[in-house]
Amino acid sequence: MSDETSSRTPAVARPGLARRMGSLSDRALAWVFIGPTIFLLLAINIFPLIWTIRLSLTNYRANRTNADLQWVGLRNYERILTDSDIWNSMQATAHFLIWTLVLQVLIGFALAYLINKKFKGNDLWTTIIVLPMMLSPAVVGNFWTFLYQPQIGLFNYVIAFLSGTDPSSFSMIGDVNLAPWAIVIVDTWMWTPFVMLICLAGLRSIPDSIYEAAECDRASSWRQFWTITIPMALPFLMLAILFRGIENFKMFDLVVQLTGGGPGNVTELTSINLKREAFEKWRTGFASAYAVILFVTVFGLASIYVKALNKVKQR
Amino acid sequence: MSGYSITEPTLAQKWIAGVLVVGYALLTILPLIWIIATGFKSPSDAIAYPPKVVFEPTLEGYVNLFTTRTRMSPEALEEIGPPETWYDRIVRQYDMVISGPSRYGERFLNSVVIGFGSTFLSVFLGTLAAYAFSRFKVPLKDDLMFFILSTRMMPPIAVAIPIFLMFRQLGLSDTHLGMILLYTAVNLSLSVWLLKGFIDEIPVEYEEAALIDGYTRFQAFYKVVLPQATTGIASTAIFCLIFAWNEYAFAVLLTSGTAQTAPPFIPTIIGVGKDWPAVAAGATLFLVPVMVFTILLRKHLLRGITFGAVRK
Repeated sequence: MSDETSSRTPAVARPGLARRMGSLSDRALAWVFIGPTIFLLLAINIFPLIWTIRLSLTNYRANRTNADLQWVGLRNYERILTDSDIWNSMQATAHFLIWTLVLQVLIGFALAYLINKKFKGNDLWTTIIVLPMMLSPAVVGNFWTFLYQPQIGLFNYVIAFLSGTDPSSFSMIGDVNLAPWAIVIVDTWMWTPFVMLICLAGLRSIPDSIYEAAECDRASSWRQFWTITIPMALPFLMLAILFRGIENFKMFDLVVQLTGGGPGNVTELTSINLKREAFEKWRTGFASAYAVILFVTVFGLASIYVKALNKVKQR
Repeated sequence: MSGYSITEPTLAQKWIAGVLVVGYALLTILPLIWIIATGFKSPSDAIAYPPKVVFEPTLEGYVNLFTTRTRMSPEALEEIGPPETWYDRIVRQYDMVISGPSRYGERFLNSVVIGFGSTFLSVFLGTLAAYAFSRFKVPLKDDLMFFILSTRMMPPIAVAIPIFLMFRQLGLSDTHLGMILLYTAVNLSLSVWLLKGFIDEIPVEYEEAALIDGYTRFQAFYKVVLPQATTGIASTAIFCLIFAWNEYAFAVLLTSGTAQTAPPFIPTIIGVGKDWPAVAAGATLFLVPVMVFTILLRKHLLRGITFGAVRK
């Protein structure tokens, strides 16, 4: 196949370029190939990050560009760490993060375990389960507000039907107590398949011979599950938790469309809170310090976690 | 069936597993089916209680999605005469006439242009970088690869502030070019990591043979490696496309008119009239292509969504 393709695309098509590239040493070619990528990442990721750090030490406001720019040192950081609104957001994020991880790990692993029983047609059903996570969270989140409507919403109707209550008696996104769960439910619906797929790869990586050996030793299937299946799938499960953890720490699109942070601020996750500070209140300096704190937190937690993950892998 | 295996689940186990998984799958696609169905309902059917499963399908939602309409007095309507086309007829039921196209078409087109543009760029740059990382001795290779990965950990809102200021300075706010560059940068991490995995799997011997035959290094890359990596490049491209297609946070902060993509636009369709069928129609047209890609891609799915960390 490669011969056919190469004969159709002769190097003479772009003689100048090819000759110039051809005369480059491997070392030079390597930099020509990597250069643009590194440049773009520096320009759109690292440069902004440094700029954010710089802004976080000022009182800059992006909507008043001619105002006096003052260096305020670490005062923004101090104010953030003592701001009760921000602690409230952190708590909302923690609630969201912990419950989505717990539910997604339990349901995702269970599904993977069941699919690994290799019943007929499991491929088709796996694909169907995966669909929600490939879709736009903002668009899907927006539609879920319709499913969550009291009275006319499908979700309320189904829950009311199953529990025998009145579908207009509760409002998932309007009630202070229910809203934090409303976002957990939609995120779980959307991202459980991700955990499932990774667990499935983990389960499929366990060689049959180990189970056969255990069977010869007359280990019960319960014992096999806890001494073979769980430990061998654990590194995969931990990888899934890492990916989901980072993503949900950054969560913005789905929740902003579902509840917009409300009612009040019970579902105002840190990203939503940050957006409000930066683009509605226009406290750019303050918001930059907030962004730095969030980035350091996610980076720090992820680094510690990766170390733990590597230890589990080495066992 | 050849032979008896103790690790093969029993028939009863398979049945229980099958029933549970199918049950979950049906539950999980119910909201998606509901989106598609709502797009074909009339506004009154959409908000009926109890929710209507059987209804008379109509294209009203789609007509409302693509048009703007104005209400007219009966006298004015009489002057215009009877409706001529099927979509005129639908609108006329509500004493309205079509006054022009809506913004949906433009927004959808923006999504297409920005999605494909950034996908092309990130796969192009990603392939070059991945090849270099895979085949050449690059100083600090592991650190650079980790640096590339770590750019994905930043909350979009955190870098959005300086990007917003930078784009304002450079005149890139609310432009296609700005969004293409931004999405390219975001997707590069995925593209480099995935493609490096694919290129690592192509035996080095092919290129060595080509080099001995007198090919230059660039020719060997262009004529030998690229054709072998086609599947990998194609599936990487689709993952980049799906990401750019679905992206919301940057789009809502950095675009407002000219370059606005569909995700920030679709929720605004609802308007004051609570026109859920139109929203559902807009969502359906936007989501169904991704569903089709997902089904086509199912074999490469895992590798794509885990940055190549898990290979089947």
